[in-house]
Amino acid sequence: MRLLIVEDDAEAAAYLTKAFREAGHVADHAGDGLEGYAMAEGGGYDVLVVDRMLPRLDGLSLIRSLREQKDATPALILSALAQVDDRVKGLRAGGDDYLPKPYAFSELLARVEVLARRRGAPASEPTSYRVGDLDLDRLAHRVTRGATEILLQPREFRLLEYLMKHAGQVVTRTMLLENVWDYHFDPQTNVIDVHVSRLRAKVDKGFEHPMIHTIRGAGYMVRDAAR
Amino acid sequence: MTRRAEMAAVDAPRQVQRFLPNLFRTTAFKLTAIYLVVFALFAGLLLGYVAWNAKRLLDDQIRSTIDAEIQGLAEQQRLGGIRRLVNVIERRSRAPGASLYLVTTPVGERIAGNVEALPPGTLDRPGETEIEYARSSESVDRPSRAIVRIFMLPNGFRLLVGRDLEERERLGIVIRRAAGWSLLLVFVLGCFASWFVARRVLKRIDDMTGTAQSIMAGDLKGRLAISGTGDELDRLALNLNAMLERIGELMAGMQQVSDNVAHDLKTPLTRLRNRAEEALRTAKSPDELRAALDGSIDEADNLIRVFNALLMIARLETGRIQDSMDTLDLSEIVSGMAELYEPLAEEAGLSLVTQVEPGLRVAGNRELIGQALANLIDNALKYGQPAEGGQAVVLVSARQGDGEVLLSVADHGPGIPEADRARVLDRFVRLDASRSKPGFGLGLSLAAGVVRLHGGQLRLEDNAPGLRVVIALPATQTAILDASARVTAARSMDMPVDMAAAPARPRSTAAQNPVGLPSL
Repeated sequence: MRLLIVEDDAEAAAYLTKAFREAGHVADHAGDGLEGYAMAEGGGYDVLVVDRMLPRLDGLSLIRSLREQKDATPALILSALAQVDDRVKGLRAGGDDYLPKPYAFSELLARVEVLARRRGAPASEPTSYRVGDLDLDRLAHRVTRGATEILLQPREFRLLEYLMKHAGQVVTRTMLLENVWDYHFDPQTNVIDVHVSRLRAKVDKGFEHPMIHTIRGAGYMVRDAAR
Repeated sequence: MTRRAEMAAVDAPRQVQRFLPNLFRTTAFKLTAIYLVVFALFAGLLLGYVAWNAKRLLDDQIRSTIDAEIQGLAEQQRLGGIRRLVNVIERRSRAPGASLYLVTTPVGERIAGNVEALPPGTLDRPGETEIEYARSSESVDRPSRAIVRIFMLPNGFRLLVGRDLEERERLGIVIRRAAGWSLLLVFVLGCFASWFVARRVLKRIDDMTGTAQSIMAGDLKGRLAISGTGDELDRLALNLNAMLERIGELMAGMQQVSDNVAHDLKTPLTRLRNRAEEALRTAKSPDELRAALDGSIDEADNLIRVFNALLMIARLETGRIQDSMDTLDLSEIVSGMAELYEPLAEEAGLSLVTQVEPGLRVAGNRELIGQALANLIDNALKYGQPAEGGQAVVLVSARQGDGEVLLSVADHGPGIPEADRARVLDRFVRLDASRSKPGFGLGLSLAAGVVRLHGGQLRLEDNAPGLRVVIALPATQTAILDASARVTAARSMDMPVDMAAAPARPRSTAAQNPVGLPSL
C-alpha cells in the first residue's frame, strides 16, 4: 500500500513514516498543504493521511480541492481540534475517516488499512461473506459454520458482519463502536471486549480453529486460522 | 494664557462643530423633524377646515338675511307699488350698517339705493352672485366684496339686495394670521425640543460608549449607568450589563477550569515521569524496560482520557450546542445504550433491565446524550453491587413526564449519602476511598455537564437502597419534528427490527450521519 502523509510536524511525520514502513507499506511525506496537494494530485496513492492544520493550505481545503478534481483517493484526517462538530466538518469536506490527536499508531494503521481496502472493493457490497468455513448470508440473515447454523442476536450479527467484511484486517474497538453502534466516544471500559467475547463464544466454541483473533494492543481480526 | 487654556479655547468651537453634524445624524433629530412636518401639516389642515366651515356658516347667514329682506321688499312693492318700495329702500339705505340696496328701471337707471360702481352686466343676471362694488356714500378708492341677489320686479324694474363680506374677509385674515403664528410656534418649539432631546439622548449614548470603551480596555468590573426611568436606553443598558455579567462569569469559569485542568493533570504527569525515571535507574533487563514502557503508555493513555474528558466538561460548561441540536429519538438511544452495556452487566453479575416508553423525543446531540447515559450505566455497573441478599438489578428507564422526558438509571448498591450528593458532581470526586475501581471521577460531572447544556436537570435520588440518577430533559413538541428528524427516526426504527430486510448500510462515518449529527 502506498500512502502519503501530509504533516507539518517533522518529528511526528518521521515517526509515522517509519512506523508505516515497518508495517510493510510505502509512505511518502509532504511538509505542508501545497506540497501535499501537488503530490496527491500526482496520484498513485492508496490513502492520504492529512493533518488538519497545515501551513500554506489547510487539510480540509486540500481534501476539498482534490474532491473537486474528482480525485476520490481515501483520506483520513488527523486533528488536534476537538470541537463538538469537528468530525462532521472533516467528513463534509470529503474526508473518509477522522482521528483526533493524540492517537495510538495501531488505531491509525487499522483505519488506514481499512480505507485502502475499500478503494479496491466493488461499489456494492456482496450479499454474503465467507471466511474459511464461516459463512454470513446478509440477505437471509443467516450465519453458518460448516454444517452448523449459528444463531445470533441482531447486534451480534452486525458485529460479525463488520469483522468479516474486514477479514484479514485489524479492527479496533473504537472502529467497532463507530460502525456497529454509531457512537464516537470512548466508552472507557471493556464494553466492546465483552460483546466480542460473547460473539466468540458462539462462533468459535467447539470448533477446532478460532476465527476471531485478538490482536494485542490493537483490536480484533477475523481470519481463517486453519490455513 | 497657558497652553492648556489656549487649547481649551480652541476646543470649545470645535466641540460645537462636532456636536452639530452629530445632532443631524441622531435618531432623535430625525424623529423630531418628521414629527414637526407631520404636526405642521395637521395644524394647517385643522385651521383650514375651521376657516372653511366658518366661511360657509357666515355665507349661509348672509344668504338667509338677503332672502328675508328680498321677501320683505317684494311684499312692500306688492302692497304699495314701486314708489313705496323706493321709499322703504331710501330709508333703509341711510340706516347705519345697512345692507346694500338698489332699484333700477328696466334699462338699468338707478332709482334708489346705496350702491354704485357695479360691474357691468350684474343686473342682467337674476339670482345670487358675488361681486365687487362701491357704496355711494364712501369715497371710492377700494372696492368691497359682497354677496348680492338680483330680483326681477314686475314691469321690468330690478331690485338688488346684498350684504357686505367685510366680516368674512376679516375672519379670513384672523385665521391666516393664527395659522402663520402657530406654524412658526410649532417650528420653533419643535426645533428646541429636538435639540433638547437629541442632546440628552446623545449625551447618554456617549456616556455608554465611553463606559463600553473602558470595559473593552480591560475594566471588566465596569457597568453602564442606569438612569432609573426605565426607558429604552435603560433597558438596553440593563441588557448590556447582564451580558457583561455573563461574560464575566464565563471568563471566571474558564479561568477556574484551566486552573483545575493544570492541577489535575500534574498528578498523573508526575506519576508518568517517575515511572520512566525509575525504569531508567533500576531496570536490569530489556523485559523490565519493556514492562516499564508498557506501563508508561497505559499511563499516557489514561492521561489523554482524563484530558479529553476535562476538555469536554469545560466545553460543556461554557458552550452552547444549539447549532448541533437535532430532534432525537431518546427511546432508541436508551435502548441502544442498555443493549451495549448488557453483556458487561452480566459479566459483573448484575442484570440490566430496561423500561423504555417508545417514541420519546428530545432536542439534543445524540453523541453527548449517549455518552452521558453510558457514563451513568457504567457507574451503576461499577458501584451498584448490592449488599448480601439485595437485588442484583440495574434499572434503566425512560418515560414521558409533564413537559419533560425523564430518564433514570437506578441501582441497588450502597448509594450515595445525602451529604455527598452535591459533591460527587464535581470533578475528580470519588467516594470509594480505596480507589479499587478503575475510573477518574469524571463520569458524573460529564453527564451533569451534558444535561445542563441541554437545558435539563440531573438529580441524585435515594433508590432505597441504592442510587437513582434521574435526568430530566425538556420534551420536544412534535411540531419541531422536521424532515431531518424523521430521517433519524426512520433510521433508528429500522435498526433493531428486521436485519434481513435492511441490508447492512454502508456504515462509513459519513453515511452514519445523514443529518449531519455532530460527534466528538
